[in-house]
Amino acid sequence: MKAQRIFGLLAAAVMLSALAVVYTKHHSRQLFIEFEALKAQRDGMDIEWNRLLLEQATWATPTRVEMIARDRLQMTLPAPEQIVIVD
Amino acid sequence: MSNPASMVRPWRLALVAGVLACGAAALGWRALHLQVMNRDFLQDQGDARHLRIHAISAHRGMITDRHGEPLAISTPVDSVWVNPRELQAAQDQWPVLARTLGMGAQDLEQRLRQRADRGFLYLKRHINPDLAARVTALGIPGVFLQREYRRYYPEGEVAAHVVGITDVDDVGREGMELAWDHTLRGKPGSKWVLRDRFGRVVEDVAAIEDAAPGRDLALSIDRRLQYLAYRELKAAVREHRAESASAVILDVRTGEVLAMVNQPSYNPNNRSSIRSGSTRNRAVTDVFEPGSTVKPFTVASALEEGLYRPDSTIDTRPGQYRVGRSMVRDASNYGVIDLTTIIQKSSNVGAAKIALAMPAQRLWHTYSAIGFGTPAGTAFPGEVSGVLPHYSRWREVEHATLSFGYGLAVTPLQLALAYTVLGDEGRLKPASFVPTDRPSGVASVLEPRTAREVLAMMETAVSERGTGSMARVSGYRVAGKTGTAQMASEHGYDSGDYVSTFAGVAPASDPRLAMVVVVTRPRGEEYYGGQVAAPVFSRVMSGSLRMLGIVPDGTYSRQWYADAAPPRADGLAPASARLVADDGKGVM
Repeated sequence: MKAQRIFGLLAAAVMLSALAVVYTKHHSRQLFIEFEALKAQRDGMDIEWNRLLLEQATWATPTRVEMIARDRLQMTLPAPEQIVIVD
Repeated sequence: MSNPASMVRPWRLALVAGVLACGAAALGWRALHLQVMNRDFLQDQGDARHLRIHAISAHRGMITDRHGEPLAISTPVDSVWVNPRELQAAQDQWPVLARTLGMGAQDLEQRLRQRADRGFLYLKRHINPDLAARVTALGIPGVFLQREYRRYYPEGEVAAHVVGITDVDDVGREGMELAWDHTLRGKPGSKWVLRDRFGRVVEDVAAIEDAAPGRDLALSIDRRLQYLAYRELKAAVREHRAESASAVILDVRTGEVLAMVNQPSYNPNNRSSIRSGSTRNRAVTDVFEPGSTVKPFTVASALEEGLYRPDSTIDTRPGQYRVGRSMVRDASNYGVIDLTTIIQKSSNVGAAKIALAMPAQRLWHTYSAIGFGTPAGTAFPGEVSGVLPHYSRWREVEHATLSFGYGLAVTPLQLALAYTVLGDEGRLKPASFVPTDRPSGVASVLEPRTAREVLAMMETAVSERGTGSMARVSGYRVAGKTGTAQMASEHGYDSGDYVSTFAGVAPASDPRLAMVVVVTRPRGEEYYGGQVAAPVFSRVMSGSLRMLGIVPDGTYSRQWYADAAPPRADGLAPASARLVADDGKGVM
């Protein structure tokens, strides 16, 4: 009688564990898909970041900065007597 | 009532049991058949439907300057490739494809027919994403896109020689791109993945080859100094109609290369525009006879030998001196002068007399110790060691001419490195294209006192009365030396071609930067180093010292400023407004 009850209990546990395996496997795959999507997103952002870096570097080339400073902003170098050295 | 069991006939029970047993046996057999006997075949079939090899791309690392400003970046682009075999079926769509890609219809047709039996052909590489999208939208079977990386160089030709260039397959071909190719290059990998019926990857099964992205590389170059040197050198080459030119700026304390530019240059973003010869980084691959710029080392050698002191006098009368069958000449008769004046006026007779007064071995030893005849230690592709003949092969003439820079050949980088020795109390360190705080392999090659004394003499050469007066920098003391060497041809030194040089360090009270300017074959009226190379030195050094926020140690002069204003060349800015963001340190 007792052995029978233990057997029933174990059978139920096996059944439960089997269902749990199915569930966790499914869950892990869902998470993995999400993970992959996020990785793809990260790669996309990296690419975008590189493009932006490139764009920034292009806008900030000394040639262009100098041209704008001199021609548009009318900037000039200070004359020697305008320079004060602060220690 | 009778027992229900007795109502059931025994054969029926046996029948049911038998049928069930047969069923179980059949199932068992089938299971055995599938799981054991056909296992491999079925597993393969299953895998073939769900397992895929997934490529992991790895892009090339970025190259930056010392402050992290990008000098070379890879961004993905698309390349169009076709399967010619598959495309033969869609011949009516070839003209549309050709038009979209901007190719000649006949050209396309010819290429496709020639390779009709192939499975792969690049039609156009590295197209922009918009165009790629339009090609895909055509929906022609057998036309595919491949993701590739293209290298962009935001600084263009300003940093082209140092950074170098990659080929169309993103492999380093020149410069640092080549020297550091193994670390810059990413290692693409692949892995097995499991996909579900929607094509989504649901599981990593196994890695086939681990991927590693390329590592970024920071150079010791400062792009602000690089630009300044580039601009001024280009202006000088135009003004003097020179054949080529190089400029190098080194950090005196560390040996780092802060700027290195050459003319002619090339635009690395446009491979088709590159002419042969323009890709050479002349500052490390080409040698020249340094001329008078080595006189400070002759004097240093004599001081170390103990034969002379800075105020010892030499009789240079009458301005020429016979050595063997040759004649050493000065520009004019300087009379009886001290060592300082020899440097200030750049007297060949004086230098030759000092050199001949000491053993040949001594001069050779000094030249050799400051790095002449040995590579500067950068491992830059194509770096040469220059030529310094061994003293056992010198005749008296060589002994004399070597003292004023003929008979040996150095690269601009070697000369700049030799000047860092004078600026850093006699210490020599290897030149470096990557940032280093503490250079390794530092060697003391001159006495600190000798270095200081020679530096003081070189300051007089950049005074109002010296040959290098045009190298003066407002606000800073400069120690430097001009050089004008005739170029040797088949007929000797009479071709009328010159190499104009200026080498120097600043600020002279505590040198931080060493710079060398070499202009080859100036075709204008002027060819002296003090006229051609010294003004470039002045303008670049002036801007560099200010940008680096180095505290001025000299006097300001409006006059020098006016002198320093370069001519306006097309597309180049006049230096009267050399505008640069200050570090906010030192000079305000």
